[in-house]
Amino acid sequence: MAEPNPARLEDRRPLSPHLMIYRPMLTMMMSIVHRITGGALYVGTLLLAWYFIAAASGPAAFAQAEWFFSSILGRLILFGFTWALFTHLLGGVRHAIWDAGHGMDAKGREFLAQATLVGGIVLTILVWIVAYAAR
Amino acid sequence: MSDKSSSMRTDIARVRHLGSAHSGTSHAWMMRVTAAILIPLTLLFVWLIVSMIGRDYDAVLQLFGSRVGPGAIALLFVLTACYHMKGGMQTIIEDYVHDRHLKEWSIIGNILFCGLVAAATGLAIIKISLG
Repeated sequence: MAEPNPARLEDRRPLSPHLMIYRPMLTMMMSIVHRITGGALYVGTLLLAWYFIAAASGPAAFAQAEWFFSSILGRLILFGFTWALFTHLLGGVRHAIWDAGHGMDAKGREFLAQATLVGGIVLTILVWIVAYAAR
Repeated sequence: MSDKSSSMRTDIARVRHLGSAHSGTSHAWMMRVTAAILIPLTLLFVWLIVSMIGRDYDAVLQLFGSRVGPGAIALLFVLTACYHMKGGMQTIIEDYVHDRHLKEWSIIGNILFCGLVAAATGLAIIKISLG
């Protein structure tokens, strides 16, 4: 690469910091997690569609869906779905807090990242405890 | 930004205030509106799904058929979620897909996918709610 020439506009622009040379930080990881969970929920709506379409189609289709969702694999996927849902939801709350201008200092954003991570896990486990108790 | 001498923006562009994407902040604003609506809807929907655990086919139909609440929660959740995820996936596409034609087709495919999921799931919910 040629030496930067301050006379050229391109060389005076700030360089975009590349993701790969960053030390992983929690705030950055939770930002990535927000996008990944959003993408996972996007695909996950197909399960939602399957369930309701099966219920509308008749007892045979419903039994098939129910068999899948109550299987080990189905439960694992639903557990992941629950986690992605709550983590993405809390990530959204975090963004709303930032939009309001709060929690943008180092301490605040670290706390919000931790709260999103822990809160998502706690809510997921809570829902599954209630689900198993209600069975 | 307000330094007119170094800006290439025209006066009319400045007045319209829509920026280079020509749609202003409507996308970002709708993401926030649907996100806010989805917070209570998600909690209600999760509660609904949990309350459906252990019910057989007839009991599930009965749950949706006997009252308006469950069907309304499920329908509002699915429609709002599909609108929200359409916007979210569009942002992901715009961030990562740089080829112009691939980007445009991806965005069209995204709209079709979200519309299809919303329509199919929504109709199914309406069907089981009306019996």
